[in-house]
Amino acid sequence: MGSTTDEARDAGDRYKAGVIPYKQMGYWDPDYEPKVTDVVALFRITPQAGVDADEASAAVAGESSTATWTVVWTDRLTAADVYRAKAYRVDPVPNTGPGTPTEQQYFAYIAYDMDLFEPGSIANLTASIIGNVFGFKAIKALRLEDMRMPVAYLKTFPGPATGIVVERERLDKFGRPLLGATTKPKLGLSGRNYGRVVYEALKGGLDFVKDDENINSQPFMHWRDRFLYCMEAVNRASAATGEVKGHYLNVTAGTMEGMYERADFARSLGSVIVMIDLVVGYTAIQSMSNWARRNDMILHLHRAGNSTYSRQKSHGMNFRVICKWMRMAGVDHIHAGTVVGKLEGDPLMIRGFYDTLRETHTPVRLENGLFFEQDWASLNKVMPVASGGIHAGQMHQLLHYLGEDVVLQFGGGTIGHPMGIQAGATANRVALEAMIQARNEGRDYLREGPEILERAARWCAPLKAALDTWRDVSFNYESTDTADYVPTATPSV
Amino acid sequence: MPMTNHGSRITQGQFSFLPDLTDEQIGAQVAYALKNGWAVSVEYTDDPHPRNTYWEMFGMPSFDLKDPAGMLQTIAECRKVFPRHYIRVMAFDSTRGWETPRMSFLVNRPAVEPGFRLERQEVDGRQIRYTIHSYATDKPEGERYP
Repeated sequence: MGSTTDEARDAGDRYKAGVIPYKQMGYWDPDYEPKVTDVVALFRITPQAGVDADEASAAVAGESSTATWTVVWTDRLTAADVYRAKAYRVDPVPNTGPGTPTEQQYFAYIAYDMDLFEPGSIANLTASIIGNVFGFKAIKALRLEDMRMPVAYLKTFPGPATGIVVERERLDKFGRPLLGATTKPKLGLSGRNYGRVVYEALKGGLDFVKDDENINSQPFMHWRDRFLYCMEAVNRASAATGEVKGHYLNVTAGTMEGMYERADFARSLGSVIVMIDLVVGYTAIQSMSNWARRNDMILHLHRAGNSTYSRQKSHGMNFRVICKWMRMAGVDHIHAGTVVGKLEGDPLMIRGFYDTLRETHTPVRLENGLFFEQDWASLNKVMPVASGGIHAGQMHQLLHYLGEDVVLQFGGGTIGHPMGIQAGATANRVALEAMIQARNEGRDYLREGPEILERAARWCAPLKAALDTWRDVSFNYESTDTADYVPTATPSV
Repeated sequence: MPMTNHGSRITQGQFSFLPDLTDEQIGAQVAYALKNGWAVSVEYTDDPHPRNTYWEMFGMPSFDLKDPAGMLQTIAECRKVFPRHYIRVMAFDSTRGWETPRMSFLVNRPAVEPGFRLERQEVDGRQIRYTIHSYATDKPEGERYP
């Protein structure tokens, strides 16, 4: 600690016009202890050759908060120390660097004062955290791995409009995963034919059918036609079974006004749920969440587009961060992986996504990619949706990996059934109920799963046909997004 | 005439697609609920509309029950009084973050389930207002299922 005169002289040097390292601008502080009110981010950084890890981390802190490339005297008009993000910890990423096939990477922990962000705005948060900084030249690649949201900041977001608890109460469905399917073919059906698929699947035993992400209002099917025929199907199926049924009507449109118009129409027809795509953008998602809250509607989000930035390990952002932002933005459903299906998904990573969506509190669990303890501050729980290449023969695995609070979506696994769509739906429902029964009875259902299914197939012909058709179908490819803290990649089986 | 769906019956609850649970199987499910610390209760109705939330309670939820046998006895009593009603077992979780039913499954139903009529009221444009009407509820309470 110098004298006042020394400090004045130091500050004078610090703010002399010109370019100095970010580290010396105050963006690197290894002694900093994050406050409980700080937003904390973890980045995976691959620095350019010749840039040391501390400087690269300081640069990320700087460029995602207050800095520009050169010293500006106007910093001295503010409490600049508070507004500067602080990189406070840098760890080498395991299994990177010399002797490995991967360039040296670092995990940088960066703390941001909460007042850097507008309350209740994902757009504002992300404009800093994943804004210009991702194109910064001193960094070869950058990936946002995780974030810790302070409770005080979370409380500025209303969170999911409905949440798992109230969704189940409204649907009167407890103690088992919900069952869904996406109408196929996803494009080209007329409204009348499309509704046929919805009716058959719901009457056969599914709880939900779903529009696909890219079905909006194309020449072969105007959105109003789809909504009208789908609601006829939903109500017919509900009368035929005595159950509440639903169809996710995709209200994604070119403008906010268009989305409101479609959503209002869905509400006027009595739909229990509407759907939007991630590509509509964070602000539109928050607006639709508000709309859903006002209209007692469940809001389903399809994660269309996420793999363009979440799949590769070195650059972009991890899907668990999208999960966090979407819980804050206030969706009720989000597609979050299947483990066993056709789309990317390592079991350990998917556990992290599901916990992020469903738990009220998550501890640090590095093997699941959870780098921070997170208190969810009573924000409702989001129902994860497992969709893509799953079938009845995997029911024991799905229940084991994904648990009970999930929507299992069997599109091809319902509509592609050799005995028809109703039979396909029945096969899935029977397989599910048999597995839940076995689990509750204390059976080792993961090991005995195939036998439990075979036994049910003895009295359920549709299940037998499903097992005969798909028994041997699996998608065993290595995942690209895997844990850094397990010795070997986990095959997705 | 019975319903035309799979099993010709309403499919509310966790296990309506399985053969009716035996008392032993019901006991195992109740044991699962008790193991989780949930309070189990028995409810009955002769109005199975999908949005009929509040079935009649056959006594209070058993908050202090330890043995599934006690619940099987309650179910047996309920069946004796209401042999042709729908009877369901529910399990309530009071844990913070849940505070909601965690299980619900049928343990009794009428011999024949006539199901529901879908009423359509044609309104503006091509819109239709739908109403689901239970055939059985045309008769007064207590006389709905032969």
